[in-house]
Amino acid sequence: MKFSVGLGKGGAEQRLEQNGVSRRDFMKFCATTAAIMGMGPAYATEVAAALTQKRRPSVVYLHMAECTGCSEAVLRTVSPYIDALILDTISLDYHETIMAAAGHAAEEALHEAVNAPEGFICVIEGAIPTAHEGVMGKVAGKTMLDICKEIVPKAMATICIGTCACYGGVQAAAPNPSQAMGVSEALGGVTTVNLPGCPTNPFNFVGTVVHYLTKGIPELDSDGRPTLFYGESVHDNCPRLKHFDADEFAPSFSSEEARKGYCLYELGCKGPDTYNNCPKVKFNQTNWPVEAGHPCIGCSEPDFWDAMSPFYEPS
Amino acid sequence: MSGCKSKSGPAVMATPFDKNYSGPVTVDPLTRIEGHLKIEVEVENGKVSNVWSSAQLFRGLEIILKGRDPRDAQHFTQRSCGVCTYVHALASTRAVDNAVGADKNMPTNARIIRNLVMASQYLHDHIVHFYHLHALDWVDVVSGLQADPVKAAKLANSMSSRVTKPEDLKAVQTKLKAFVDSGQLGIFTNAYFLGGHDAYYLKPEENLIATAHYLEGLHLQVKAARAMAVFGAKNPHPQFTIVGGVTCYDSLSKERIQEFKDLYKETKAFVDECYIPDLLMVASNYKDWAGIGGTSNFLSFGEFPADETDINSRFIPQGVILNRDLSNVMDFDPNSIKEDIRHSWYKGESSLHPYEGETDPQYTTYEDRDRYSWMKAPRYKGESMEVGPLAHVLTAYARGNKAFVPVVDSVLGTLGVGKDALFSTLGRTAARGIETAVVANAMEEWVDNLEDNISSGNTEIAVDWEMPDEAEGVGFVGAPRGALSHWIKIKGGKIENFQLVVPSTWNIGPRCNQNKMSAVEEALVGTPIADPKRPVEILRTVHSYDPCIACGVHVIDARTNEVHKFKVM
Repeated sequence: MKFSVGLGKGGAEQRLEQNGVSRRDFMKFCATTAAIMGMGPAYATEVAAALTQKRRPSVVYLHMAECTGCSEAVLRTVSPYIDALILDTISLDYHETIMAAAGHAAEEALHEAVNAPEGFICVIEGAIPTAHEGVMGKVAGKTMLDICKEIVPKAMATICIGTCACYGGVQAAAPNPSQAMGVSEALGGVTTVNLPGCPTNPFNFVGTVVHYLTKGIPELDSDGRPTLFYGESVHDNCPRLKHFDADEFAPSFSSEEARKGYCLYELGCKGPDTYNNCPKVKFNQTNWPVEAGHPCIGCSEPDFWDAMSPFYEPS
Repeated sequence: MSGCKSKSGPAVMATPFDKNYSGPVTVDPLTRIEGHLKIEVEVENGKVSNVWSSAQLFRGLEIILKGRDPRDAQHFTQRSCGVCTYVHALASTRAVDNAVGADKNMPTNARIIRNLVMASQYLHDHIVHFYHLHALDWVDVVSGLQADPVKAAKLANSMSSRVTKPEDLKAVQTKLKAFVDSGQLGIFTNAYFLGGHDAYYLKPEENLIATAHYLEGLHLQVKAARAMAVFGAKNPHPQFTIVGGVTCYDSLSKERIQEFKDLYKETKAFVDECYIPDLLMVASNYKDWAGIGGTSNFLSFGEFPADETDINSRFIPQGVILNRDLSNVMDFDPNSIKEDIRHSWYKGESSLHPYEGETDPQYTTYEDRDRYSWMKAPRYKGESMEVGPLAHVLTAYARGNKAFVPVVDSVLGTLGVGKDALFSTLGRTAARGIETAVVANAMEEWVDNLEDNISSGNTEIAVDWEMPDEAEGVGFVGAPRGALSHWIKIKGGKIENFQLVVPSTWNIGPRCNQNKMSAVEEALVGTPIADPKRPVEILRTVHSYDPCIACGVHVIDARTNEVHKFKVM
């Protein structure tokens, strides 16, 4: 029953020993984390330091107009596992899906966290409904728009997890009945770190948090995405690229070519226009859409619900 | 922010609290669910006398679907909910399968793979619900620090075939103590059980066992979800279903099937060795909750078809039970559904079948108790219905289903309670565990069937079909949260109309035109509230439904599909 690598306050290594984790094992874990983030071995030391800070950094995670899929994705993280992430690495001081408190007690927890002198990292999942001054989405009687207006300026950094918080997402697809917007747009251009995806790969989320704790905000592209994770197209890293190059395409899902694993471009694959690391990192450590024989739908691109659809037609 | 707030004088809120409190209690946000829910109750002499269940978010997905390619619907609707992921993708795919006739030629392997992914979703979803969304309503995590690990291990070993060592539980205590001592309580900040709470009954040893499995469950659910991704590409939001089948040819390999089996078996072992024993442990301590939180009417669409075109071929059976009468299970009639809007934030007082529904959004105020939710109120023959695990289990039990009856009888026997105990918050929570165990048992044979097909040379998983110019279809799904249906009308090869009637509108919606309460509203009436400032009893019953609000608040004007002018009053 070994759940995690570090614990609580102070004396990290001693605590690790108590939990049956030797320093060597822990450093190996940190090196792996560093490697999957594309960093050299020296970076492992910084990862180790970040993961065993005396005071765990406070994270306030807000839910707006969303499906909670990105929260579920974060629950699937393995580097570190979710229990180690929320018990040992960060202090998840507000998260409506898993926090014990409810109602007024939850609101108090939020109030305390966003006014703590040590500061907090704000994570936002979901778009902000802006139609009619935001009345289509409320928490505790306040519009989501007002909640974000109040909290985001106080945060040390704001991470938008998922395409909804980044760019509006599914509820912002035409005709956008609730006039939903991404956080930056709804708040007049405030700077956010955007981690799109539907859902975001938890690897990209944890990697961004670790990067922020060790080196600050990572380099972002023009859509606010860390180039570390979103710098290359799905197509460029696709294991089926050789079939694309050889003009070997599956004409239908029932075809012999589909069986053989030929390129899905003619069935609508949006890999060439989509920037994300799905083929390299995969989901749930085991698979990703193209490997499961389904075309990429472009879910980490702004406006993909309109710009990339119909999904089963070549672009 | 208003939050969970008593509107009476401060004297009532002082410690010690008043067990005979009268007045309003509001819980907003109601946490540990998917979505944004406000529950407002009126308390009289320490018991709930009136309830308003209010969904707080409008997204409008069906409006967005109009005019799009029917094949794309599954991707949009799946984003209704990322907790009960996959179920909407399946419902939309089944609706289009049905509209274009692909359901009649569905390859056996595609049907089995869809079933296996759905069954994995049941296992994952119910484990996460029990431990991570519901357990903290019954389990005082901090009390586990007072436990004797030797006694706790002995207790755990008496309940489960798994061997638990005292040092394992000691390690959990050490971890927990360091966490509590850090002063940063994170997700446990302001929990109702902190400092003790009269409504929490478990002994320290029992709290410790449940807490150990809460932590282990966080780890285990990663693997349970991975099982879905073996066929489904990813979780949440699998991407492998298509109209006419599934796409995952590479998942038919021996290695992939073995990967799935290993993950499934590890998950099943956790269900049998932790979830079910813990459920019985909690239930045997909270038998008073076998008399609280019951409802009267139940609706099941069934799930896990042996034949895609025959709703009666489903492993979990379909059916309707009225007034708790288990001697009379009726077949479900799709024409008996109507949706009411008299108490919702829409104009008018219509009561219409989903295909004829009108929707004209009109928000009133946060405080309004007359029109108070973005959800509509679906009714079956005019009655509010409970859907979900309890409806599934009652339908199966009443039909004498061989897979369910022995497990239900065994649970009732172990707890020493009669069938009436099922009609309660405890019964609902127990039914979820029963369903998980029964589905987990059944999966092995389904995987075997798939393997047999593949080894005999049948690797067909998708069929061709043609998009008709005009058609309509429906997809019924028995989701982990209950009866889900998607209704599509196709015209000119595009979506003319798309409608979702989802589990949480049945369970968590507002009153109907006849002023009858929804299932959760009915269930909450009579609930005792020990401490109005920390109303954990409300959470127990609401959480027992595993609400999922985001999918309940999408509406469409089926007549014109237009967004109407929206007025703030």
